Amino acid sequence: MQTEKIYTDLFVQNRQMVDDGSCQVLNSQRQQALEALEQYGLPVHQEEYLHTDVSQWFQPDWGLNIQRHKIQADSVRIQHGTLPEGVVVETLEKASAQNPALVEKYYNRLADMKRPGIAAINAMFCQDGVFIYVPKNTVVEQPVQLVSLLQSPVSMMVNRRILVVLEQGASLSLVMTDHSGAQNPMLATQVTEVFVGAGATLRLYEMEETGVQNLRAAETFVLQQADSNVQMGCFTLTNGKTRNSTFVTLAEPGANLQLDGAVVTDRNQHVDNFTSVDHKAGNCTSSELYKYVLDDESTGNFYGKVLVRPDSQHTASAQTNRNICVSKKARMWTQPQLEIYADDVKCSHGATVGQLDEQALFYMRQRGIPYVEARMLLMQAFLNEVTDRVQVELLRERLHLLVEKRLRGELNQCQNCGACK
Amino acid sequence: MLTIENLHANVGDKEILRGINLQVNPGEVHAIMGPNGSGKSTMSNVLVGHPGYTVTEGKVTFLGRDLLSLPAENRSHMGMFLSFQYPVEIPGVSMTNFMRTAINEKRKFLGQEPLSPSDFLKMVKAKRDLVKLDAKFMNRAVNEGFSGGEKKRNEIFQMAMLEQKLSILDETDSGLDIDALRIVAEGVNKLKTPETSVIVITHYQRLLDYIKPDIVHVLYHGRIIKTAGPELALELEERGYDWLIKEYEDSEK
Repeated sequence: MQTEKIYTDLFVQNRQMVDDGSCQVLNSQRQQALEALEQYGLPVHQEEYLHTDVSQWFQPDWGLNIQRHKIQADSVRIQHGTLPEGVVVETLEKASAQNPALVEKYYNRLADMKRPGIAAINAMFCQDGVFIYVPKNTVVEQPVQLVSLLQSPVSMMVNRRILVVLEQGASLSLVMTDHSGAQNPMLATQVTEVFVGAGATLRLYEMEETGVQNLRAAETFVLQQADSNVQMGCFTLTNGKTRNSTFVTLAEPGANLQLDGAVVTDRNQHVDNFTSVDHKAGNCTSSELYKYVLDDESTGNFYGKVLVRPDSQHTASAQTNRNICVSKKARMWTQPQLEIYADDVKCSHGATVGQLDEQALFYMRQRGIPYVEARMLLMQAFLNEVTDRVQVELLRERLHLLVEKRLRGELNQCQNCGACK
Repeated sequence: MLTIENLHANVGDKEILRGINLQVNPGEVHAIMGPNGSGKSTMSNVLVGHPGYTVTEGKVTFLGRDLLSLPAENRSHMGMFLSFQYPVEIPGVSMTNFMRTAINEKRKFLGQEPLSPSDFLKMVKAKRDLVKLDAKFMNRAVNEGFSGGEKKRNEIFQMAMLEQKLSILDETDSGLDIDALRIVAEGVNKLKTPETSVIVITHYQRLLDYIKPDIVHVLYHGRIIKTAGPELALELEERGYDWLIKEYEDSEK
């Protein structure tokens, strides 16, 4: 618990400053978070973290950057278009000032701090975050994009917090992009809590384009009520080391989940996707597809847990994880875990680690497609199976382009998009 | 067009081709027959540059260039085509994307501009008609879910799109019903010009009823043991290979 102590001490010593910079709703959870971190700690080598020692990421004392980097009040702003009436896209601080009961009802309810993870340290330190709320039967037609941009000459730890609430029958497409132009080490923790009401529809996509020095530990908690539909896609294009943990609870009958991910790594990058799908009610479906392409000495891990509880009859669940190591030194670990306690269910899982198809490569070369290009086409085709599932058309097209650029090695440097100027 | 001199090739440590000599002139159709395991497929794979085979001796000249020094893709760019016995399925790569990439790579090699999208589509339409390949196949992944006949028609379609000079048809008749066989053969015949040549590898006379060879070779144990006119194929159909093999073995003693 040495590492944890750095942060619990830091918190106790600077508690006033942490509270002063934040709002009451967030402050109300800090004591519990402190106790949880003391009791459960950061993840070390528990089974679920075998190939990613997240606690190590916290070993250099990152300190606090509260006063230096306060989130600007106008940092959440709608740049294009307008939102339907009643829809809230706001900082947690502002939203809780306007409607404290609403934020309080949902904040830090789904995030599970009572296990080794980063939910506790995040709740202990986070200063602000983003709150998105879609009222009953309200459809947000335009996708909402949330951009995280990490840029600082000083190495630092940031603790991001996102809370999404969809009331009954609401509909939203949310695209979260994680960027970093930093050349120096950065650590980002991110906790996303998502409530999806009965009959609501959420499409939630996350895309990471950070740098080799970036450490990202993200935990996403989703609760689905009856007949809700959620599609999630998590795309890691460039990064340093990443751990994404996704916990979805299908709490009531008729909920459907599609959970996808695509990963491209090279150099010594590392990407770990952990998913846990809890079929708590019957007549729910979950379908998971994760694909990795690993080059150079990069490493990847996929851990997919599906739990079907005793009374969750008529569950349909499919989980697929396919991986290609295109170099001899790339490594991939995959662990599909099915725990089924109901007898009238249809569940499948499959995981493979392999190389590019030599026969297909030769066939393409015989038709005049050079080796390098043939490889590119095969890798793209492999990943497109995931990106093709994205339901936001513009994002799908963008992902196709970005995946191609990434595979051609054209995405490793700053694209000069102007966002951080 | 193609001159093969004393070609020896191995798979691993095993010698499969043991001194092949063959001359193919523009406009000629050659048939290569022979019992299973005689080296027919090895020969075609070596000619198109399959990385699984090692040439240990010999020389191959294609259109005046040293073929064996070129990678597979350049051999294709120069005009060499192999219709695969088992065309490979490539999930996720659409026929259109695949074909456009292949054609434009060839054009790049020849120093030509990429084909415009409308010219490409016109060309696709014309060549599809040649082998009666439905338009829907262009949006599907290469060979994925194609029937045996569709796969072989797709091979000839690609041969037409690439306007290749020397086409090797490796057991194109295997797994084809009579109608599909006729369509494939008609496609090959329509593509035939005085400047292009074809090497047909087959076990059966049937395909040669449709694609008429000028010269028939028999390959046995990694060598061509007999070369004659088209009547040889008919004789083989009737008598099998045993008499030829015996003749060859007697002469080797």
